[in-house]
Parts: sequence; C-alpha cells; structure tokens
Amino acid sequence: SSWRRAAEIGPEDASWRLILNTVTSNMKLYCLSGHPTLPCNILKFKSTTIMLDCGLDMTSTLNFLPLPLVQSPRLCNLPGWSLKDGNAFLDKELKECSGHVFVDSVPEFCLPETELIDLSTVDVILISNYHCMMALPYITEHTGFTGTVYATEPTVQIGRLLMEELVNFIERVPKAQSASLWKNKDIQRLLPSPLKDAVEVSTWRRCYTMQEVNSALSKIQLVGYSQKIELFGAVQVTPLSSGYALGSSNWIIQSHYEKVSYVSGSSLLTTHPQPMDQASLKNSDVLVLTGLTQIPTANPDGMVGEFCSNLALTVRNGGNVLVPCYPSGVIYDLLECLYQYIDSAGLSSIPFYFISPVANSSLEFSQIFAEWLCHNKQSKVYLPEPPFPHAELIQTNKLKHYPSIHGDFSNDFRQPCVVFTGHPSLRFGDVVHFMELWGKSSLNTVIFTEPDFSYLEALAPYQPLAMKCIYCPIDTRLNFIQVSKLLKEVQPLHVVCPEQYTQPPPAQSHRMDLMIDCQPPPMSYRRAEVLALPFKRRYEKIEIMPELADSLVPMEIKPGISLATVSAVLHTKDNKHVLQPPPRPAQPTSGKKRKRVSDDVPDCKVLKPLLSGSIPVEQFVQTLEKHGFSDVKVEDTAKGHIVLLQEAETLIQIEEDSTHIICDSDEMLRVRLRDLVLKFLQKF
Amino acid sequence: MDPECSRLLPALCAVLADPSQAVADDTCLEKLLDWFKTVTEAGSSLLLLQENPCLVDLLSHVLDLKPQDVSPRVLSFSLCLAGTFAAQEDCFEYLQQGQLLLGLFGEAGPLSWAAWSVPTVRSGWIRGLRSLARHPSGLHFLGDSGALDALFSLQGDSSLFVASAASQLLVHVLALSMQGKAAGSPSPQGSAWPTCAQKIVDHVEACLCSTAAPQVTQALNVLTTTFGRCHSPWTEVLWGQLSPLVAHLLESDPIPAAHSLVDLLLSVARSGPRDMAVGGPSSPVFASADCGLWETMARMLSCLSPTQAGPLALGTLKVQHCPQALKSQAFKILLQPLVCILRATAQAPGPPGLLDETTEGGSMTVDTLLSSKSACVGLLCQTLAHLEELQPLPQRPLPWPQTLLVEAAVIVLQLCDGLAAPSSSEGGRLCGALAGCVRVQRAALDFLGTLSQGTSSWELMPQVFAVLLETLESPASSPTVLKKAFQATLRWLLDSPSPPTCLNLGPHAPLFLKELFPVLQKRLCSPCWEVRDSALEFLTHLTACWGGEADFREVLLASEVPKLTWQLLRDPESYVRASAVTAMGQLSSQGLQAASESSGHPEGQQGLVGELLHILSVDSEGFPRRAVARVFTEWLRDSHADVTRDTQWFVATVLQMVSRDLDWEVRAQGLELVQVFLAQTLGQPNPNCPYAVTLPKVTPPSPLPEVLRTLCQLHIFDFVFRALFDCDRPVAQKACDLLLFLKDKTAPCRGLQEPGDSSDVTSVEATLQRWQAGEQGEPLGNLEPEEVLAALRSMDLKGLQSRLAESSDHVEKSPQSLLQDVLATVAVLEENVADCY
Repeated sequence: SSWRRAAEIGPEDASWRLILNTVTSNMKLYCLSGHPTLPCNILKFKSTTIMLDCGLDMTSTLNFLPLPLVQSPRLCNLPGWSLKDGNAFLDKELKECSGHVFVDSVPEFCLPETELIDLSTVDVILISNYHCMMALPYITEHTGFTGTVYATEPTVQIGRLLMEELVNFIERVPKAQSASLWKNKDIQRLLPSPLKDAVEVSTWRRCYTMQEVNSALSKIQLVGYSQKIELFGAVQVTPLSSGYALGSSNWIIQSHYEKVSYVSGSSLLTTHPQPMDQASLKNSDVLVLTGLTQIPTANPDGMVGEFCSNLALTVRNGGNVLVPCYPSGVIYDLLECLYQYIDSAGLSSIPFYFISPVANSSLEFSQIFAEWLCHNKQSKVYLPEPPFPHAELIQTNKLKHYPSIHGDFSNDFRQPCVVFTGHPSLRFGDVVHFMELWGKSSLNTVIFTEPDFSYLEALAPYQPLAMKCIYCPIDTRLNFIQVSKLLKEVQPLHVVCPEQYTQPPPAQSHRMDLMIDCQPPPMSYRRAEVLALPFKRRYEKIEIMPELADSLVPMEIKPGISLATVSAVLHTKDNKHVLQPPPRPAQPTSGKKRKRVSDDVPDCKVLKPLLSGSIPVEQFVQTLEKHGFSDVKVEDTAKGHIVLLQEAETLIQIEEDSTHIICDSDEMLRVRLRDLVLKFLQKF
Repeated sequence: MDPECSRLLPALCAVLADPSQAVADDTCLEKLLDWFKTVTEAGSSLLLLQENPCLVDLLSHVLDLKPQDVSPRVLSFSLCLAGTFAAQEDCFEYLQQGQLLLGLFGEAGPLSWAAWSVPTVRSGWIRGLRSLARHPSGLHFLGDSGALDALFSLQGDSSLFVASAASQLLVHVLALSMQGKAAGSPSPQGSAWPTCAQKIVDHVEACLCSTAAPQVTQALNVLTTTFGRCHSPWTEVLWGQLSPLVAHLLESDPIPAAHSLVDLLLSVARSGPRDMAVGGPSSPVFASADCGLWETMARMLSCLSPTQAGPLALGTLKVQHCPQALKSQAFKILLQPLVCILRATAQAPGPPGLLDETTEGGSMTVDTLLSSKSACVGLLCQTLAHLEELQPLPQRPLPWPQTLLVEAAVIVLQLCDGLAAPSSSEGGRLCGALAGCVRVQRAALDFLGTLSQGTSSWELMPQVFAVLLETLESPASSPTVLKKAFQATLRWLLDSPSPPTCLNLGPHAPLFLKELFPVLQKRLCSPCWEVRDSALEFLTHLTACWGGEADFREVLLASEVPKLTWQLLRDPESYVRASAVTAMGQLSSQGLQAASESSGHPEGQQGLVGELLHILSVDSEGFPRRAVARVFTEWLRDSHADVTRDTQWFVATVLQMVSRDLDWEVRAQGLELVQVFLAQTLGQPNPNCPYAVTLPKVTPPSPLPEVLRTLCQLHIFDFVFRALFDCDRPVAQKACDLLLFLKDKTAPCRGLQEPGDSSDVTSVEATLQRWQAGEQGEPLGNLEPEEVLAALRSMDLKGLQSRLAESSDHVEKSPQSLLQDVLATVAVLEENVADCY
C-alpha cells in the first residue's frame, strides 16, 4: 500500500532547533513607501523575497504647474519666484500663483525607496489592485528585476488603462523645460513650504514611456481568486477577493505551518466588485494591513447623496459640473447612481461627458469582467443584460465619451453639462482645460470625488477661482469600525500596519476611534524601515516516502499514541524535505563497480530497542524486596527519587527522564538491577 | 336568547362534543364565548342552562370523553364557558350539584390530563376560574379545590400569557376575598386574613424570601398588580407586612429582579397619594414616614446601576406627593449621564449647584458611562427619552435646568456629528463612542425639539441653530436623522420665545434662515426620497406659520426653493409628489410662488392650477391626487386668487375629475370641496348643538333658486347623488350629510315646485334607484332645480343616514349567523374529507 505519513519535528529535537533559528532571523518586512494607501513593501519569508504592491505616490505632482492642453495665457504669465533678497535665479523654474510657488516643469513622481534592499533580488511582485501597480515600470525596468509579477486579469487590464492615460496625458503636452536647480539640497532649504519640506526630491522621476509600460506588463502572470501559486516549493501565495475594485485582491502567503495575510484596499460595502473574502484570512500569524479609507469620517452613501444634490443644484441653475476622476473605479458607481437619479431630478436632458484617452475601453472592459463582479451584476449577464447601466446611458445618448477635448467633442459640446475627466490632481489631462474654461464663473461647480489628493492643494494653481468647489470624497475602503470587526473575526496573532493607522489623524487628534485598536497593539512601519516580524517558526513539514512508511511498525504506548522508530536519510531539495529509506547494508563490493557518492553513507548499526514508560517507586521497591534486597530505603529528591541499597552500597537514581544505577564495580549486580528496572518499561 | 339561536344550539353542541368533527378555527369559538357572555350578562344563566340542556350536556360530555380524545380547543372553550355560567351564584350552585365544576377545575380534571401540556387549555382553565371567581361560593370553591396551588405553579409557566393570567387571577382572588372583609381590616399580625388571602400572602412572603430570582419576580409582579389596582385599607396593611421583606431584597448584590422591584415601588408610590386625596382620615398612609416607602426608594435609587435606576428615577419624579429630597436625588440620577458628558467635554457648568452636588455624589464617572459603546448609547438614549417625557409635565422638578439640558443636547449632537473637539481624553473616547451614532442622534434631536418650549431658551438659540444647521448640512446625516432635525428646527423656529424687545422673528431667526435655505435647497435635490419628503414637509409647515413674515418671504423668494418645489411635482416618488403638492399649495396661498413664474419656468406659464389638475387627472398613485384635492379645498375656503378668477369653472372641473377617481379618499375630499362651496353660496350649516350660540343668519349672496340652478349646471347634484350610493361607506355618509344640509337649506323653497308636476321626479328617482342597485353607468342628465328639490323631499335621508352609521358587518355579526357559520364550516370540512376518498 502506498500511503504517506507526515512527521512533525519540533524544536524539542536538538538537531533541528538550529536550523529553525536561522530561518526565524530572516522574517522581515522592508517598507519602501510611506503612503498608506499606495503601499510598496517587501516580505522576506522563508527563502523567498516577495514585493507586496508597488504604488506610486503622485502627490508630488501637486508641486508642479498644470500642463494645459491649450495654451493658457494665465499660466504663461505667472510671475517667476525670487528669494527674499530679490535674487531671481530660480524665476525660470519656479512660478508664483496666489501666494503659492510651483515648479514649472514636467511633473515628477515620488518612487518607492530603491536603496533599502537590492530590488534585483525580488522574486515575485504581488499586485492587489490597479491603483497599487502604478510604479511597476520603474521597478521592473530599472532595477535588474528578473522575477514574475502576479495579478488578476481586470487589475492588469485596468492598470494598463490607468498607465496609458497617465503617459498620454503627459506626453501629449511636451514641455521643453525641465527644472532641476531647485532640487539642490542647499537651494531647496530656501524655498517656501511645501517645496521646502518635499522628501527625497532627488529621487523624483518623470513619467515612464509606453514601451516601459508594455515591457513591465509583459512580466505579469494572470491569476484567479483562490488560485494557489507555489513559489519555489517554499511558500504558496493565493489572491482573495477584496471587494474594493474590479479584480482587487488580498493575498495569503503561507507555508505549511505559517500564514501571512496581506490586506490592501478592501471594502465591505456592496458596490460593483465581488464581495470581500474574509473567511480565508482566519488563523493568520501576521496580518499586514494597508489601504484603509483615506477619509475615515465620511460615509460613502452620504457623499454620493451630496454629489447628486450639488450636481443637480448646479445644473438647474444653468451651471456646468466638472468631476475630476480616474477613468475606472468609483466612476462606475457614480454613473449608476446618476442613472437612477437623473430622471427623478429632472436632469434627463443634461449631457454627461466622459473624456479620457481610455474612456471607451474603460466603459467596455467594465461590462466584460462579469466573473469579477458582485452577484447582482453577474446574474444580469445571464438575462442577458449589460451588468452596468452606463450601457443604457450611452445608448440613449445621455452619456457620451471622447478620447480628448479635441475632435468630435468640440462639435457635440453643449452646456450646461457634466464632465467626468482626469486627472484628479488637476495637473495634467483634459481637466486642466475645463478648470481654465469654467473657473471664472460662480455658476459652475467642481466636485471632487477621488480621495487621493487634497482638493485645496489641487486647486492652488487655479486661484483665484470663482467656481464653486464641493468636496465629497468617495472612498469605499475599510474604515476603522470595519477594521476592528474584521480583526475580531479573523483574529490574527499580530497586525502590522503603516504608522498613520496607529494614531488618530493629526487634524482630529481627539478621535481615538480613528485608529486601529487591537490586542496585542499593531506593529507599525514607516518609509525606509525594516521590521523583523514577531513571528516564530516552529515546525517544518517532512514527507516520508511510501516504502519507508510501509516498513514502520508503530506501537501503541498510550491509548491514541503510537510510536515507531525511523531510520532514514533526510533529503532536502527545492525547500521540500523527504525522508527516504536508508541504503541497504553495503554488499561486499566486487571491486568492478565504482562506488557512487550517494552510496557513501555510514552503515546502519543494529538498533537497540527504545524504552518508554515510568517506574512506580513503591512497586519497584516491592520487586527489589522480592528479589532479596532487604535494606531498601527511598529518598525523595527535587527531580524524583533515590532508591538506596545500603548493604550493597548501591543507589538507583530515578528521575523523570533518566534512571541511573550507581554501584561500584559489581557488574553482575548492575545487570540484575537493570533487568529489574527494565521490567517496568516498554520496549519498542 | 332568540328562538332561532336556541334551535341551532343543540346541533352546535353536538358538533363540539364530537371528537371526530374538528372546529376550523379558534376565532369562532372566541366569538361564541363573547356571545355567551353578553347573553349571561343580560339574563339569568340558570334559566339559560335549564332552557338549553344541551349546554350542560356538552360540559359533562367533555368530562366523560377519554382525556386523549378531547380536542384542546374544545376543552379550553368548555372551561371558559363553564366559568361564564358559574359567574352567577345560583348557576354556580346548579353546576356544583352535578360536581361538574369540580370535575372541570378540580385536581382530577384537565389538570391531570395530557392535554394540560397545551397552553390553550391552561389558559382556558385560568379564564374559566377568573369568570367563576365573582362570589363567596366561587371563592370557597377556589380555596377547597386546590386551584390556588395550581395557580402558584402556573405563575412560572413557559407560556407568558398563561403565567401573566395566573398572576392576574391571584391578584383578583386576593382582592375578592378581602372585599368580603370590608367590615374589619386585618390586623398587622395577619390573623384576620381570610383563608384564601392568607394562603396567597403566605405564598408571596415565601417567594420574597426565596433565593431564586424567578420566584421573587413572580411575587413582585403579584404585588405590583395588587397595588396598582386596589386602593383599600387592607393594601396598606399588606404593604406594612411585606415592606421589610422587600427592603431586605435590596441587601443582596446584585439586586434580584430589579426591574420588577422598580415596578412594585412605583406602583406602591402611585397608589398611596391618590387614596390620600380621595379618602379621609382613614386613608392609607403609604407616604408616611413610618412605612419606609421613600427610604426604600432612596436606597434602591442609590444601589441600582444607572440604566436600571433611570426608570425608577423617572417614575419617582412623576409621583406627585413624593418628598423633595427623594425628588432631587432621582433628578440627579436622571441628569447624571448628561452632567458627565458636559464635564468630560469641559462645557461651562450649568446653574450652580446641580453639577457641584452631583460631583459630591460622584456616583458616575465617564468610565461607567463608557464601559462599552452599546451601554453608553443605550443609557444616553434612555436618559434623553426620560427627560423628554418629563419636560412638559407640571410636576417636573424645579428649578428646571433648561440651560444645562439644552447645552447637553447640543454637545451630544456635536459628539454624534464628530464636530466636538474635546481636549480631555474622556471627551475623545466619548467622541469615538458616539460619532455617527444614529440612535443617539435621533433621541437627542427629539429631546432638543421638546426643549424649544422652555423659558430663557432664546439666549441659547445661536448654539442650537448652529448644531441643527450642522446636522442638516452634514452629508453623513441619515434620512431619519434629517427628518428629526427638520422637526426640531421647526419647533425651535416656531415655538421658541423671542426676546421681549423684539417684534417679529427675533434677532437670530432671520440670520439662521439665510443659512438654512441653501441647505434646504440641497436637501430638496437629495437622491433619497425620504429626505426630499421631509424637506418639503418642513417647508410647508414653516410657510404656513411664517408666510406673512417679511424676513421669511425675502429669504424664500431669493432662493431656489419655490422653483425646486415646483419641479418636485413631477418627482418619481408618489409621497414626494404629494408633499410637493401640499407645499406648492401652501406657497401659492401665501403668494410665494411668484419667483418661479417670473423666472420663465416653462411650467410656470401653464399655471399651478393646470399643473395640479394634471396630477389630479393622470397621477397613478393616490397620495398626490388626495393632496391636490385637499389643496383645492383649502384654496376654495381661503378664496385663493386662482380660484376666485372663475370659481364655478374651478369647482366643475375639479368635481368632474374627482368623481371618476378610484380612490375613495379623493372622492370624499371632493365632497368636502362641495361642502365648502355650498357653505359659501348657501351660508353655513345650522349648528346641530341646541345650546350653540345662534349666529345671525347669513343670507346667501344670490337668491336660492338661482343658486340651485347654478348647482345643477355645475353637475354638483349628479356628483353628490352618485356619492350617496358609493361603495365606500365614508363617502356615502358624507354625501348623505351634504344632502341633508341641502334639504335643510332648501326647505324655504317649497313653493318653487308646481304641484302635480311629478313625472320628472319619477324618472330621477328611477335613476337613483338603479344607481343604488349598482348600475351607475347611466347619467342623471340635466337636472332642473325642481326635480332636485322633489327628489330630496322624497328621499328618506335620515333613515339612510342611520343605516350608514351602522358598521358594514352588522348583518354578519349576529349570533345566528355565527352559529350558522360554525355549523357550515364543519359541514364543508366533512365534504372535503369525503372528496378525498
């Protein structure tokens, strides 16, 4: 019969303890990003190096002047900035607008930390959602990375759209000038805030190109929810639905006896994606928690209501509404709400425009990823109906989409209208044009729904601004109440999170409820920090070959516990450990065959039986007396007993895990006593 | 009993006695019981039984059956029935002769049968005894039959109904047995208690000493009901005897059955003073110092947890004659959570004294309050509700800390909104516990609303308005919270007194309105229909009260609100359309829709009347149509400009639409409109009350014949006559009243009719008869006033009025039909059985 048995070898076994200690010291988390919702961490787990997400912090672009699609006299004529002493050597690079200073150059992004660890050693990159992969080309194309990237199909497709839009926004407005003087540390110190405080400006990089994007994306391997992916036999990684966006995932990284969960950008609200899989996160040793909501006090439902009301009020007064947004994600939900709302609000005749180089693809992609959608939307596909109602809005001409403001759009453009367009930073993309166009009238409204950028900072280069500004950030990611419920539910042994989550937000320092509250308290990390995970590996799985297992003869020593001795060769390859049958006792060599290296194993000695059980002292004394030892005395010691045979000047020391017979040179007596002791023990 | 019923009775009894014939449902058995009750109350039960021996046969037959054959329903019915008969002492004796009662209620009866496990049977047994226990013989029977012991154990029955009924019966028996002892009240030693009473009192005493909480609860429940119901001298003796045991309960920790104990103390406290007021020198003196009630209550207040103490504190404060010291202790306990919040958020303390004293008491810290989030929310909601209940009562404590309460309500709302930024760590924790808590928000808004009526509130108005505005503005406010916020805002705007020097709206309201209207605008555009609806309701009420105020008109007309309201007439949600109709009606009455028309709104040119008529004729839902009918009636009553332009056309058009409406409320509202129109053309109806002051008769503006001709031309009679035969009774009743009014008004016109000219009347009457028969297709044609008058005279409207006044099921409710129904159901069941084979 071919059956297998797994043997557990614990740290009690001295020969293994050393190895396990070595492994423990390797469990580390390298934190490459300081942005809690755009994480980039590296986990060293067993012998693997796993990068968890590679988010790109784009808030750096807020320091730059917007890139207008159409020449903007206002922006061109902004005065150059000069130092307090009148020195104007920076006036070509820095411009002043309503008391704020901006860099007049191609916008640059703040990359994840590249010096903390050699990124060429990264084995795999796990992507959790399309917002958290925007730095991928920088990592895969410029660090010597040779590994594989894992992501779900919608993540890759929509991620590609986001990157394509970004590249397109920046490349279509070529800027001759590239500012770098201001980055000089000595000069930066003299600049006004926030430029003065910007971190690591020297590492800021321009946007990647489409070739780099394509090359980066070609390294991605597609995965499905709950699919198990083996990494070098050492660990297994599995994506789970996280409920936040189309194809968004949390990841489980586990070995046979350890489990690390990586939670990033999850949502428990019922929006369009598949619901979050919480159950699979249970029993984690460590749970790395990132990507919580950026607006913990705002309730997404209330914000959607606010969005609709303000939109209706503006349009009814003859004003236009501008919604700076990403081409995918919340926009699907907003369009769905508007689909239900416009008739009730009497807005059926108002045109909705969606302008993005990838608008068409985004709207179409959303309809084809049925298996990644929530149950309601999935079931529509079988009717068959498009899962999202924006198909109907497009059909009835209420929603129109264009790649840019140039071309067809200018012919169709009717006011008052509602425009959805990027980029939410207001620094590039078609939104810049609409800000310039509509900013002067108080009838118009700009409604911020994306939570990634501070709306006041985003608006700074457009000041003074007459148009109304409404801030209704819609962030469906977990809030702190949901997190505390989640942690109660899945009960990880340790929680690791960005330091921002371990204290209330700076603006609401009294809100002790706006932080992670769990026991033991979470371990926090910040950019460029290396954390040793509080995590002891205790066991390793070893397989026994069937033929070896066949030869074992277990003996029951206690009810339910059987033991067998094993003599075998431990074979370790690709992080898998196998006990193989020992080689047969060496045959007398004929001398003709050459001895092979693998046969060079010490010969197995004849095995002595192993003993088990305990010696009941009273019965033992009785036995001794039966065998003629009359002067037996028993003394209790801290560890057991000492049986004294005074006449023979012999003592028998009985302890929990050892028995010693101490007698001077009377071998016969020792053997007799030994045999009496052995009567009480089991042999196998 | 009428002969027909007597004839049917044997068949009914036979059906009930036959175990093979199941009675379909319990309700007909209940109806039968009700009927027997009315029959026995009207006459002698003994006679009834003698005339209808089948009844006694039924009872004895039930006893003769094998216990397993008895249907629990029939058994329960029989027990109740026997009790009903035995309520009269002579009938009791008659039934006792055959040992029937002992068989039914004694220990050998159903008590020992398997059917006893069915709750209906136990309940029937108790109900039977309850009816039976009316006279001394019944009381002796209870004492001798062992029923009391069974009742004691039934107090802990698994069915709550049974347990409660058992407890009630014990109270009844106690009171009944004491009634007989009216001559001499029992001595405190208890020697003079009658047997039954003694047994019950002993049982209660034993239970009070028990360590098992359910037993204590049962005893306390019996006492609570006793003191709640009976106010006789003996109850005082009973209290005197049991109060040490009750006081002893307070020594355990935790106090057993705390809720029931609170109920008991409050019941005793309430029963005392009432008797004092009614009785003379011999009235019970629960309130006197030596019976220890107030001490017990004071001790109880101090040892209960804040949540448990709340109801006791509230109850104490409502007791009229309770000592001042106890009152102030209770009030402090009630205020504690709020004081605690004020202190944690470092608000300026209220009137000196209240906060300081409670500091000394120091019984509640924020830690107690915050032991858990749900406990904190529960306690706050309870406190706010209690104070809200107390606020309007005349016996509320004085001085009433109005300022402190308003401040507390405001800070609680700020904590819920997440707006309060307390510096202390307790404040931070409170903020965390309450932020976004809808339950507390609703309770606080309700409470804040009631506080608008207090004195000296106007100084706090800026604070209150600010927090209300924040709540109305906040995107996080849920629809229910918004509704409450609108209600509270309305109360503060309308109720709160303005400072003595101010004439109109006071100094705060106009400023507030300026900020409120943008919020109202936003809410009128909310995607959530409940929010749009509450905003419209708010607007309607505010306009109704302040439509004439210049400040209000100015702000309203400068805003988009009238225009948005107009647009909501086409809202997809019918409730919103209805509210928009009412709001537009109100705005238009006050001349406040001008802005929307002048702004060149497309619908504006068509006119509001046109828009409303459109809704009345085509809206698929009833609510908006009802609202339109109501608005039109109001407009007619108030002589709205759009109506007076051509009143006759208006009335005719509206009635034409209303008469075809499928919703009876719309038709009824149409009659209301006719009534207003008639009152305007014919004068007010004569007062029905003979003592009413007779107003000088208003002469109608035009001579009567002319008015009648107009009414005919407008087809008003057609409408009212049709309504008279409406299938919905309220409509027919209203039409009948209207016609009676017309008949009364036209009485002087008798001379109008030419004698002998009756042929036309005949045709009218024929048509009306056909209408009555349900053939309403045929029109009345163009009526002449003479025909109408003749028809009115010939109709027995008074008779019709009284027929309509009877409930629609008066025919079906007769006992005869009930008996027939029961028999028929059984017959049908039999048929069904036959069909199966």
